[in-house]
Amino acid sequence: MSIIDFLIPPSEVSRRSGPHDKIVLSSRVRLARNLRSIPFPSHSKKADRLKAFEALMPVVRGLGQMGPTAFSESMDKLPALEKQLLVERHLISREHAAKNAGSGIVLNREESVCVMVNEEDHLRMQALQPGLQLRQAWMIIDGVDSALQETIEFAFAEKYGFLTACPTNLGTGIRVSAMLHLPGLVLAEQINQIIQAVNKLGLAVRGLYGEGTEALGNIFQVSNQMTLGETENDIVERINKVLLQIIEHEENARLAQLEKKPAVLLNHIGRAYGVLGNAWSISSKEALNLLSFMRLGIDIGLFRETPKALVDELFLRSQPAHLQLAHPLREKLGSDDRDLFRAEMLRERIAGFPKPDASSLRGSGGPVSDKGEI
Amino acid sequence: MMCQFCKTKDATVHVTEIADQKIKKVDACAACAKEKNYNDPTAFALADHLLGLGASQKMEEAAEALGTLSCSQCGYTQADFKKSGRLGCAHCYEVFGEGLDSVLKTMHKDTQHRGKMLAGVQKTNQSVRTLERLSKELQKAIQKEDFETAAQIRDEIKLTKAAS
Repeated sequence: MSIIDFLIPPSEVSRRSGPHDKIVLSSRVRLARNLRSIPFPSHSKKADRLKAFEALMPVVRGLGQMGPTAFSESMDKLPALEKQLLVERHLISREHAAKNAGSGIVLNREESVCVMVNEEDHLRMQALQPGLQLRQAWMIIDGVDSALQETIEFAFAEKYGFLTACPTNLGTGIRVSAMLHLPGLVLAEQINQIIQAVNKLGLAVRGLYGEGTEALGNIFQVSNQMTLGETENDIVERINKVLLQIIEHEENARLAQLEKKPAVLLNHIGRAYGVLGNAWSISSKEALNLLSFMRLGIDIGLFRETPKALVDELFLRSQPAHLQLAHPLREKLGSDDRDLFRAEMLRERIAGFPKPDASSLRGSGGPVSDKGEI
Repeated sequence: MMCQFCKTKDATVHVTEIADQKIKKVDACAACAKEKNYNDPTAFALADHLLGLGASQKMEEAAEALGTLSCSQCGYTQADFKKSGRLGCAHCYEVFGEGLDSVLKTMHKDTQHRGKMLAGVQKTNQSVRTLERLSKELQKAIQKEDFETAAQIRDEIKLTKAAS
């Protein structure tokens, strides 16, 4: 089965919900592990990489957590477009998408556990959950790790913990991260202060696709940097605490914006609605940034009875690989045509949305500018 | 700022060295820095990028401390480590371990793993480790006939034993 058929369609995957999912899109916990007796993939010869691949793929595939219907494939069997699709779903890293023979992916049916074989380390395994569910994600991946330890001998030292190719992952090998939608803090121009404060706490803030990427659509990833010298639970709890604070700041920023500058907020959302519903050509960057305002509009009740799943679906479908795979030409679709096709898809879908209705804000007792009323 | 050597180009490499308790500052352009062997600017940039600012200097020190070591298992060398900021295999951590600690200190909370253990490996009790360290220090103090310190350490050992 191809990965395109295997993946949960955007309309369904965007309907999943979790705690605080107005602001926290998803939670992820990743562990890095290596085999004791084979050099790390970044340094090993092809024969060694293949040996690790052969040893690991069947064991990972056979894990109880993977279930009977997991997807398991060597990276050289996946066309570039399908790899990009996995990146857009945040199931594999951009680095892993560049890998070929000797690297692989194993993904369970629910897309809650995804293991990369021979990325920078022999195993990069991650648990994903919608909304803020870091503890849950840690429990799942902890279970996967313990199950693997029954049959695989991992590289480990009492002093350094689990050994990794890069010393930055040493010890627990854990990377705890959450994807946050923070349009309120961006509009209020408080985002840089928040990023600096979060950095001071030893956490990293990155863009939509991870390291070195732009915060498209006002989406930010927060993750730990230190992996050695603390327990996994301490790391999870610390990030959880920071995230709850960011959520509070974002909520306050939205409220303050609604109270003090409702016109600015409504203007952004109204324009996003207008452009997305009427543009004839739109880049993914512009689309994602405007969809962010639509999502904010839904969150504050501006689009009556419109579930935010609709916007989240469009957010996925606006990204290049998702879009190209939906077109009959697929990879042959040029970037100009892609922008036309994206605009067409968005026009059709936004036409089904109700108009932004500021009176609903009034009805719910929300403050709305009285400008314009005579 | 101008390069202090050629005095024509902008200085892009800034090195502060502390040797023999004297601070020596070098501001050079990329070409002069290379010529005068003030390290490889790309290695600097890479390490800083990977590990955060300040790490590259530590990496340099670590690389120096490691000398010309190479790993018997995978053939990884000090130069490889300096270039990539990564290690080659599990055995590398034993080979390069000594020089690594200063790098790890800049990156992590501590240099001792406190998280999940490998199945079957028992966690050495924290206090056991502390006691080992203290008894070594006690021996040293006694050898130096520094009995004041020795008495302090002896009290600390008592406290640790009582607490565990």
